[in-house]
Amino acid sequence: MDPRALRRDFPVFEAHPDLVFLDSAASAQKPRSVIEALARFYQTAYANVHRGSYPLSEAATEAFEAARATLAGFLGTPDPDEVVFVRNATEGMNLLAHALGERYLGEGDTVLVTEMEHHANLVPWQQAARRKGARIRAVPITDQGRLDLAALDRLLGEEPRIFAFTQMSNVLGTVNPVAELAERAHRAGAIVVVDGAQGAPHLPVNVRALGADFYVTSGHKMLGPTGASALWGRRELWQELPPFLTGGGMIERVTIEESTFAPPPTRFEAGTPAFAEAVGLAAAAEYLIGVGMDRVWRHDRELTRRALAALSEVPDLRVFGPQGEDRGGVVSFAFPGVHAHDLATFLGQKGVAVRSGHHCAQPLHRRLGVAATTRASFYLYNTEEEVDRLAAVLHEARRFFASWIE
Amino acid sequence: MGILEDLYQEIILTRYKNPRRRGRLENPTRTAGGHNPACGDQLELFVELDGDRIRAVRYQGEGCAVSQASADLMAEAVEGKTVAEARDLAERFKAMVVEGAPPDPALGDLAALSGVARLPSRVKCATLAWHALEEALS
Repeated sequence: MDPRALRRDFPVFEAHPDLVFLDSAASAQKPRSVIEALARFYQTAYANVHRGSYPLSEAATEAFEAARATLAGFLGTPDPDEVVFVRNATEGMNLLAHALGERYLGEGDTVLVTEMEHHANLVPWQQAARRKGARIRAVPITDQGRLDLAALDRLLGEEPRIFAFTQMSNVLGTVNPVAELAERAHRAGAIVVVDGAQGAPHLPVNVRALGADFYVTSGHKMLGPTGASALWGRRELWQELPPFLTGGGMIERVTIEESTFAPPPTRFEAGTPAFAEAVGLAAAAEYLIGVGMDRVWRHDRELTRRALAALSEVPDLRVFGPQGEDRGGVVSFAFPGVHAHDLATFLGQKGVAVRSGHHCAQPLHRRLGVAATTRASFYLYNTEEEVDRLAAVLHEARRFFASWIE
Repeated sequence: MGILEDLYQEIILTRYKNPRRRGRLENPTRTAGGHNPACGDQLELFVELDGDRIRAVRYQGEGCAVSQASADLMAEAVEGKTVAEARDLAERFKAMVVEGAPPDPALGDLAALSGVARLPSRVKCATLAWHALEEALS
């Protein structure tokens, strides 16, 4: 895979030729094919889906459903109706926490999460647990930044109803052994919810092989437009779940007193969905399929290896996360005594776009013993030269902030 | 002067590493909290009033050099001022870092933070303590 060739597919790099964009874990840049699919749909094929009995609406409906099928294929399921379109991963998690909470959680039940979760895979469960009198437990992490599997066995002994965990940490880069975790959780009787917000853009995903029950993705992190994301779940589980958002589109029969609800996936898509963005998301999935997710992952790994080696040469720099092969292209770091924002501002002024803060993972940062970190993240359009540039600017930052470092 | 050199002047660094007003007051007249949820910075402000006059200001919390230096310089600058004078200073400070107005002479050492106006993502760091002050004085 040649990232230099792929870069030409991304117009943003024409607009900003010198930009070293290392913030794809927050949101990825868009290839021309996605931007054009979105524009083409709005310009030539736009009408509201599902309820129009005129050709333009029928064609739009077909395009929307074709997008669902494309996302199903991308995620490795033959059944498009297992894919629900939501706005973003956060909405996906809220939907699941609400619906699974209503259906399965009761007084004294346990929801198991992990210490490395993004707030999107923690706060909705807290809310659901509060409503139902359930409690939250978390699998701790080891000092290397991996899940503590010995503790997991102990926690699964408490028979949690739901185990929700990330496929890949947005701070540590750790890739969790999803299939193994899912198998253990199922043996303990838990429903398995996998946060694939970071995983789906970077790893070849087959939800059935992973053994998950639900898999949440973030469309804009996988080259798609903002506003549309695919949420996958097993058909038989979807069928049992009550709706999250209610109103138009998701009903069967409505009287003044009560309603019955449509079958999935429609039951979970109240209101006009972001169908144009779903069409754009399908173009993103097709682009990734065209490149090959195994090649995307290999490229991520190469850049990550290079980054970990180069950053280990920067004096005083603390680099977080595991050193092994089980990590993706996310590298968080800190100089003791230099706040993450100050470091990110320095990098930003040198043309290296990174992110700083708690990355929506406050419990994890508490565990790491730092208030905030600075994070660089890589994707298919990043080059080895950009990784080298990051390392060079960090050496420069080390000199600039020399008197601050503790 | 480059934007980095402009922002991270000696004065900011000194206040960040060797603060003069960091700490808490045992018997504050007023307290207020500041929080920047986007980045996790937080600040607790203690104000001791003598009638209408600010006798002492202390703060504690966690944050970047910009937020901490701003809090430290602010605490020192408003001690001895009346509530109205402190509010007036807050307006001048915000005009400088939010709107990019040239530093008002009344701001003294606080002028070191004027570079923040060129870094929109850092404005909230600089104003964190000032919003807490306004809340404490309201």
